[in-house]
Formats: sequence, C-alpha cells, structure tokens
Amino acid sequence: MSAEDTPKDYSESPINLEYFYTAGSATTRFLNQVKEGNIVGQGCPKCKAVYVPPRGSCPRCGVATDIEVPLIDKGCIESFTVVHIPIPGNPIVPPYVCAMIRLDGANISFLHLIQDVDIENIRIGMRIQAVWKPKEEWTHSLENIKWFAPIDEPDVDVATLRFQES
Amino acid sequence: MSDSKDLLRAPFELAYNYKRSNGPVMSKFFDALGEQTILGTKTSAGKVFSPAAEFDPETHESLKDMVEVGPGGSIESFSWIEAPQSHHLIKKPFAFALIKLDGADSSMLHMIADCNEVDLSIGTRVTAAWSDTSEKRITDIKFFTLEK
Repeated sequence: MSAEDTPKDYSESPINLEYFYTAGSATTRFLNQVKEGNIVGQGCPKCKAVYVPPRGSCPRCGVATDIEVPLIDKGCIESFTVVHIPIPGNPIVPPYVCAMIRLDGANISFLHLIQDVDIENIRIGMRIQAVWKPKEEWTHSLENIKWFAPIDEPDVDVATLRFQES
Repeated sequence: MSDSKDLLRAPFELAYNYKRSNGPVMSKFFDALGEQTILGTKTSAGKVFSPAAEFDPETHESLKDMVEVGPGGSIESFSWIEAPQSHHLIKKPFAFALIKLDGADSSMLHMIADCNEVDLSIGTRVTAAWSDTSEKRITDIKFFTLEK
C-alpha cells in the first residue's frame, strides 16, 4: 500500500478570517512614532497613569489620554512564560520566552519576546532593553523591536510594579 | 483629534490550519466520496442518515451499517446566492440547498449550480456532479445539478 492509498483519518479544515483593521486615533499616533523608532505613551491628565501602548482613554478615570509621554526603550520583566511547545507556522524555535514588558515610566505592560537570555536565570523585575531591527526595515509595528534582551542593571523591586494610587 | 482619513488601516488575516479527526464512521463516508459513491448510516429501525451520522439522535444507537444512497435526490429547501463573494467556491450565481438523497431519510447541505433561480423549487430533482480530483472530502461532490 503506497502512502497515497493509506486511508486518511483526518480532514484538513482550515479557517480563514480576513479583516480590514483600522487603528483608532490613539493607536495611529503611537504607531506613527514607532515607525520613527520612538516609543510614545499617552498619559491620563487626571491620575497621571502612562499607557503604552495607548488606547486613547484612561480606563480608571474615563478621560482621554491626550498627554504624549516619550519613553525610553528600557524597562523590566513584569511576568513571563517559557514556551516549550512549537506552534505551527511560528518560526521561533522553542524554548523561548514571552514576557510582559513594563517600560520605565509606564503604568501598564505589553507582550513581547525576550532573547539572548539564560532561561534558567530569567525572573520578574529583570532589567531589559529593546533590540531594534535595522532602521530601513521599520514599519508601523512594534515588530520594529526584534526582541528585548537583558541588560546589566540591578533588578527592579517588584513592589514598585504594583499600581500606586496618586 | 486626527481626521479619520489620516488613520492607519491595514488588511489582516487570521488563519487556523485545523485538521479534523474523522473517526471510523466518517472515514468510510469520505473514502467513498473519493470513489464517487455517497454512503449513509442505517439504524436498526431502517432509517438512513446521509451525510453519515455516528449516532441515532433519537435512540442514541451507535451506527456502523453503511448503505449507498443517491446520487440523485430532491430539494428540501434552498437559498439562492445571486452575488457570490470571495469565500464562496462557486463564482457565478448558485444555490445552497438541503438535498434529500434517494434512499436517505435526512438531507445534505450542498450547492446547486449550472441552473437559474426559476428552475428551483422544493421537490425539484437534482443529481451529484463530481469534481475532477478526488480529495476524499465533501467537495468531491462539486455541486448538484438539475436531473436530466
């Protein structure tokens, strides 16, 4: 029996969903800066919380975050997952690390990749910095940052990551 | 506030490449489609389901007996698609229809093409038109056409 004659016990059932994504004004402002290699959060005029990536309003105060807050590309790991299981179509070879990144001066975190790290040694509060793609590859995407990598700075005190009432 | 024409827009595609395990009953159903044969499953009371059912929904009896049905049948209901969209397999006007195949007591959802809307009514006779390639899937029946 050749491979082609072998009864197949499964069916291919691909599902494709095609969207047309429209970024809102807050995301458009943010991504236009990302294209230039800048990370610009947005601040709440009432509670002073800084959101990156910004969504245009403060969920606590219900007001527009119309203050632009330039940030640096350094921060710390707020939480992380070591991924051991390969995901079909994902070119990254396991094990690799996904982490919530808290940039210095920001009050929320976003998901990105951590590389150039000893997986045994990764921890919450570890200092990291963005590793950017070459400038000519920059687009309107946080993928302009290839990943974040550890830097030689003392860990952040985890208590400072908790939300501070101001 | 930016003018809406200044907002960033981009196409976005989300795709899941699922494989679905067919199981012993549906495997026979799909293998038969690859041989241009339509099977159904028969209950101990003699009722026939096509597409094959793995269980009788009324008695919960496990179904294994396969019988051949079709390829002709009659329309139980239909919906005419005047302007097919990109995700439709047929690019000219066609119908989605529930077709009760000869020898079956249940109906199969499939397409009817190569006809006009006025040709179709409940009870109209149709027959399977087979695809040129056998992939052991429901689309091995390309669509149904009016019975000559």
